[in-house]
Amino acid sequence: MDAITFAVQLLNGVQYGLVLFLVASGLTLVFGILGVINLAHGAFYMLGAYLAWAIASYTGSFALALVGALAISFALGVALEEVFVKRMIGRDHLAQVLLSFGLILVIDELRQILFGKDVHSVAPPSWLQGSIQLTEVLSYPVYRIALCLVCLVLAVAIFYVIQRTRLGMIIRAGAENRDMTRCLGIPFDLVNRYVFAGGIALAGLGGILVAPISTVFPGMGDGMLILSFVVVVLGGIGSVTGAAIGALLIGLTDTFGKVFFPQVSSILIYVLMAGVLLWRPNGLLGKA
Amino acid sequence: MSQSIVSSRPLDRRRFLMGSAGALAAGAAFRFPTPAIAQPAPLKVGFMLPYSGTFAKLGKFIDDGFRLYVEQQGGSLGGRPIQFVQVDDESKPESATDNMNRLVGREKVDVVVGTVHSGVAMAMVKVARDTNTMLIIPNAGVNEATGPLCAPNIFRTSFSNWQVCEPMGKVMFDEGRRNVVTITWRYAAGQQMVGAFAEGFTKAGGKVVEELALPFPEVEFQALITRIATLKPDAVFAFFAGGGAVKFVKDYAAAGLNKSVPLYGAGFLTDGTIPAQGEAANGIKTTLHYADNLDNAANKSFLTAFKAKTGQDGDIYAVQGFDAAALMAAGLSATKGDWGARAQVAAAMQAAKFDSPRGPLSFSKANNPVQNVYLREVRNGRNELVSVAGQAVSDPARGCRAQS
Repeated sequence: MDAITFAVQLLNGVQYGLVLFLVASGLTLVFGILGVINLAHGAFYMLGAYLAWAIASYTGSFALALVGALAISFALGVALEEVFVKRMIGRDHLAQVLLSFGLILVIDELRQILFGKDVHSVAPPSWLQGSIQLTEVLSYPVYRIALCLVCLVLAVAIFYVIQRTRLGMIIRAGAENRDMTRCLGIPFDLVNRYVFAGGIALAGLGGILVAPISTVFPGMGDGMLILSFVVVVLGGIGSVTGAAIGALLIGLTDTFGKVFFPQVSSILIYVLMAGVLLWRPNGLLGKA
Repeated sequence: MSQSIVSSRPLDRRRFLMGSAGALAAGAAFRFPTPAIAQPAPLKVGFMLPYSGTFAKLGKFIDDGFRLYVEQQGGSLGGRPIQFVQVDDESKPESATDNMNRLVGREKVDVVVGTVHSGVAMAMVKVARDTNTMLIIPNAGVNEATGPLCAPNIFRTSFSNWQVCEPMGKVMFDEGRRNVVTITWRYAAGQQMVGAFAEGFTKAGGKVVEELALPFPEVEFQALITRIATLKPDAVFAFFAGGGAVKFVKDYAAAGLNKSVPLYGAGFLTDGTIPAQGEAANGIKTTLHYADNLDNAANKSFLTAFKAKTGQDGDIYAVQGFDAAALMAAGLSATKGDWGARAQVAAAMQAAKFDSPRGPLSFSKANNPVQNVYLREVRNGRNELVSVAGQAVSDPARGCRAQS
């Protein structure tokens, strides 16, 4: 493999990893801060993509689709927190798993009623439609590069909010000790709501941003959910930095696995996860 | 009503609704044509199809196609009213045996029609052989079903994986392609299609440089597309279907490969997926036992009727469902509606010859269709006919002990 091909594959791996991070960050935030296992995370990813497709094909504008689908995802998150999820905080994981599994079925049903089960595609904004010639025969779509940049910016934004702002401090304090935070008079329940809604919005955003390079189809959330869990477990539950490292590791392992060890590529990421868990049972950056 | 619902997830409302609707539709349909006296007992057809997941649309079209034929016959086949039971197989091989057993055991269906996914179909074939249930496969092309596992009670109205891909080998060689890379999902259908293509291509004198594969149903193609760009073959032969086919074709075009390395494939790469693939699909050549603009009377009237029924454009999946009903009708007419005379029914089905929307259709000793395989090219958002890649192609049915 020559240097250029290696660099392109590296780019492929990093780009895949960044998308995984975008989706998995929402999962790890909700898990780390609310202590709620959200199996429906993949369903919200799919819903984001379908909403983006619906709005984009109705208005013809990707920007509107982005804003609209994101707003709907966030609002849905707020509503679900109010109605269901807040009752699940502190309950045992089985109850949470049942609730979120139910949500998967309901969301799938809604998608079926609203959008049907066809496969769709979403056109990227016209100024991102070109591609860059990398080698004689291979070019790289501009949208994929833009996607990388957007994911990077979002990652930085998430880190900034959590590490440097007052809101982030409350979130971290709440994750550390929920009861003590409440005792200090901090409106932690309100924070919970927006963290949950933010997590859903991140899943939706993942779906929206991936829609133009992926396709929009009914089962798209299933594979993403499993990968997100692998990322979260690998990085350490609740750790956003861990999720970032985990996502990049998975992206690179998967990409280079497919190139160098095609026969076993499907199990490589799980071997990686098992190896890391043997070495660090709580994940790379997980707390004991 | 709810007793006619077979489901692995009892809480699934969609399946409940679909089943109820099906039963109602069947109930409404056979009230008209048959006289009030001596009404024959309805024949119970069990659909075991993917109503959710990657292949959901395919399952629905097969279902619609079958029902269209039955409706055209006034709700009955060979004088027997038809009643439907539906099971969503979810394209999951692990629950296939249970689903099939439920249809055969609890629902006591007379015939099972299914399915799309080859792994699921294999499990269905095993149960059908064990219980001597009549099975009509309306899509899954797994070679074994009409190969080593062939049986008098197992029919197929679609194709074998070998059948639709082997003719492409010669086509590509004749178009001057010598070094070719293949790419597919690593599962039975993918490997058999690519294998059959490689067989035809090597026989013609070409060389398969590398066989790329990724796990089903993964859709992260970027690493393998980069690999293709490194190998710079004369052409690529691909098999994907559904959402995966859309994404592969788009990714392939987005990487600019379609300009330098022409893409060929099994017909499923561009069947039912072109609207979502858009311009990325232009110029892709595929072989299949159907093309959108086949110029025959049966196809024209089929497409018109299908559009009128569903509001959607019919495709090969709908045709395969339609022909499954036509095949049953051939068996039932021979015995005047007596499904119990199974040997006669099966013999009449095997001897059936009719003008399918896909062209002349008959059946081999292994109950696999004998049919034309067409070379098509995507133009103007359609799979347009280029030429007949193989006339009356018959699967070799390797491993099938020829039936009497």
